This record gives sequence, structure tokens and C-alpha cells, in this order.
Amino acid sequence: MKNNSDDHSKWSMVGKDPWSMPIEKIDLSHPGIWQANEFLPFMERLRLEDPVHYCANSAVGPYWSITKYNDIMHVDTSPDIFSSEPTIGIVDTYDEYTLPSFISMDPPKHDEQRRIAQPVVAPANLKRLEHLIRQRVCNILDGLPLETEFDWVKDVSIELTTQMLATLFDFPFESRHKLTFWSDAATAIPGAGVLSSDKERWVAMEECLQVFTGLWNERVNAEPGNDLVSMLAHGEATKNMPPMEYLGNIILLIVGGNDTTRNSISGGVLAINENPSEYDKLRANHSIIPNMVSEIIRWQTPLAYMRRTALVDTELGGKQIKAGDKVVMWYASGNRDSEVIDRADEFLIDRDKARQHLSFGFGLHRCMGNRLAEMQLRVLWEEIMQRFRMVEVVGQPKRVYSSFVKGYTHLPVKLHCLN
Amino acid sequence: MVKIKFIEHCGQEHDVETSPGASVMLVAVSNGVPNIDADCGGACSCATCHVYVDRDWLERTGVINPMEEAMLSISTDRKDNSRLSCQIQVTEKLDGLVVTMPEFQF
Repeated sequence: MKNNSDDHSKWSMVGKDPWSMPIEKIDLSHPGIWQANEFLPFMERLRLEDPVHYCANSAVGPYWSITKYNDIMHVDTSPDIFSSEPTIGIVDTYDEYTLPSFISMDPPKHDEQRRIAQPVVAPANLKRLEHLIRQRVCNILDGLPLETEFDWVKDVSIELTTQMLATLFDFPFESRHKLTFWSDAATAIPGAGVLSSDKERWVAMEECLQVFTGLWNERVNAEPGNDLVSMLAHGEATKNMPPMEYLGNIILLIVGGNDTTRNSISGGVLAINENPSEYDKLRANHSIIPNMVSEIIRWQTPLAYMRRTALVDTELGGKQIKAGDKVVMWYASGNRDSEVIDRADEFLIDRDKARQHLSFGFGLHRCMGNRLAEMQLRVLWEEIMQRFRMVEVVGQPKRVYSSFVKGYTHLPVKLHCLN
Repeated sequence: MVKIKFIEHCGQEHDVETSPGASVMLVAVSNGVPNIDADCGGACSCATCHVYVDRDWLERTGVINPMEEAMLSISTDRKDNSRLSCQIQVTEKLDGLVVTMPEFQF
């Protein structure tokens, strides 16, 4: 894989005025503006002035940015025009490093593989999991210090989602922090903190494959179970997968089930601190929590974009997109499109139609774990409100250096008890 | 007027009267019938308005187009009488329609 670290600084947009810079220079893929939390006005300008925007020069090559809700919906629901192959990431993949998985496949193979994994989040399993999630949430919350600063990301967001992930894979519980590391390693930009090079990433990925191959061998010779490894090992469409495809699907399920919920857990605490009147609404009425969970997921948009590749020449928003062009749907922008979402720039936990956000995507690739994610957030907030008057953010959050994973590495908080 | 009966997974019934024109999904949502989420707002892009159509009515609800088929095909609790209610248009022919909701909408 190419090392683009020089280009990142060359095309740096951090600290620039989003409204006066030449519009063709706007590059939403630059990780710096996401880490610095400066991305919103750039997206707003594109929605207003150039909603289907071509960026000819970036560290990741030329690409189209789709920034309005309805255009994103069109791209997401037209797999015959906009393909998920070869990758849904903004960086082009090279054959030797390609990790195939169903998120980066088109029908019919996508549908066949997805159907194998889907039952893990089917109603019977979800009901079984709710009780377990609540137990774990209670354990984690009861172990936190009162009136003392700690890192919410590490002690709650990561801990809860990693425990969940270990359950979904029936992964050895005491080694569960490896899952967090592999999840971070899979999406991290080299040099941004998690690892220093792509080579290091592949060392981590090989270790992941090795460990999961062990689990596969164990499960394939046992009765089919309801964990994800067993489902893949026994599923008709997945049981003969080559190793790299197995690894790709494992990484997909790790990242999909980990980073996203983790960052919505952190993002919700931050959002409600920034909007004290919403915290008052919540204290007055806990039944608002399910609606608030949808609003948190819209507000956070834990994956900022998904990428497609045009299969044919097509027109969108008056622009000519050519076959082979890279097309990026900025969910984080569509979720702030005030033409579709009323008062889109406000965090309103009792908002009408809160479920109508783009964070899960739409169409065939719609998030498979959406109900599980919502359940984790709902149970967490129900139990938070039983225990604490406030989870107070007491310092600046640190954000991830990525235009894809929109999240936090650190969120200092203090807990205040009910009375 | 057209009468539609919505039955929740738990058995709770909701009788709604409406005039023709809207989709069954919209009738449910605008009359406060629970368990129809309609996350995509009726664009046949999410499968959260999934219903099971009473077999006596199935034929009269029309055919499943390829987009609806694609969305239904990735649902874990699909049955042979599954439909997305945003894709069923209310007509006089559907007076008396009965649909049941699945336990969860995906």
C-alpha cells in the first residue's frame, strides 16, 4: 500500500477558512479536519454550493463527494450503477492486500454471505443478549468511581463493546482486548498512534487470522452454535471461504460491531453535555431514551462515509460521473441536511422521525447490527439514569485521525450521584 | 373508506379507517400504529415496515418488485407472505385487509 503521509500535510486543510478557500480545493477525505473537529462548515458549504463535488487532487486520488441526503439515498440504493466493489474505503486497495468481505461485494455474493451472518442479530438472539448486556452494563457502571475524573472511552465505551464482541464470536473472554486492537489496527492510518506502518498492520492482521483460524477449526468439528465463527464455519455460502475472505469478514464484523457503537457511546455523552437543556429533558422523562438513541446515532454518525465505484457513466446533480470514478457518500453530511431533516444542526432527543437518519446506510448494505447497537445504547442509558445525575464531561475530547471512523480516543468525565 | 387491521406480534389489534391513495406503511405511521418503523420514509430501502399479509389478501396486495424482493431477502424473519408495507398501495380492493407485524423490524 502507498504511504501517503507526505500528501496529508501537503493537502492539509486544518485551520483554513471553509467559506473563502477555492471550492475545488475542499477535500473532505483529509483526516486532519475530522480530528480537529472542523469538518462541519466544509460539508455545509458543499451542500449549499456544490452538492455533488469533484475533488481532483487528494492524498487518496480524485473522488466525488455526495453531501445531500437524497443524493446519498440514490447512490446507496442503486447498486447496479454504484458498486461496492472492490472496496468501500476511500483508499484504493491493491490486490495483495485486499481483504474481501461482504460489505465490499455486490449481489448475489453479498446477499449469500450476509444471510449467513445475519441470524446472530435475529430476534431470538437479541432477546437472549439483552439480559446479558444489562448485566454487563450494570457491572461496568457499578465499578466506576464517583466524583473522580476518568476516561469514558477506555472504561465504558471500549469495555462494553469489546465484551459484546467477545460474546458474538464466543471469543476467549480474557483475551478480548485483542479484538479492540485488531479493530483499531484494521482502520488506523499509519503514524496516527495505533501503529506506525502498513507492515505492522499486516502483522496484526496475520495474528488475527491465526487466532480465528484456531477458533474455526474448533467450531467446524463441533455442533453448529449461534456465534459468528460457528455460523461462518457451517454456513453453506461461507464454509469454503479462502483464508483472506474469512479474515475480511471477521474484520468487517469486528469493526462493524466495535468502533461504531463505541463511538456512539462516547458521542452521546459529549452531545448531551453540550446541550444541557436536552439533559434536563432526559432527567424529566426516561421514556425518551429509545428516541434519544436514534438522535445520538444521527448526531455522531460513527462512520462518516461509504465509498462506491461507478460501474457506468451516469449523471447526478447535473454532474457527469464516469464509469470507474470513486464516489463517496458523506453520511455525516447528509445527516445535517436541513432540507430533509428539520433543525438538522440541533441535537434534539425528542425529535420527530429521529429514526430517519443515514448512519446505518440504506439499501442492501444497510447496517446488519443496527438493532443490537441501538439496544446496547438504550440499556446503557437506562442504567446510567438509574445511577447518576450527570456524566459530566470535564475536559476536551480527543478525536480519531480518520475521515472514516468518526470517533474519540479520549473523553474525560466525572460522575455525579443522584442525590 | 377502507378498513385495515394491524396486529402486533403480541396480538394487540389496531383497526384503522383510511381513504385510498397512501401506502399501508403511511396509514400505520400516521395513525400511531406501533412496530412499523419506516426508517427510510417509504423509499423501499430498509425493510423496517415489514408485515405479514393475511393469506386471503396476499394476491390483492400486488406483486413484489425487484427492489422490495432484494430488501426482503436479507431479512432474517422473512416468510412467504412477507411484504414491505410502504410498497402496498391502499385501494378500495383492500377494504378489510389484515396484516401482522414481525417481532422486530430490521
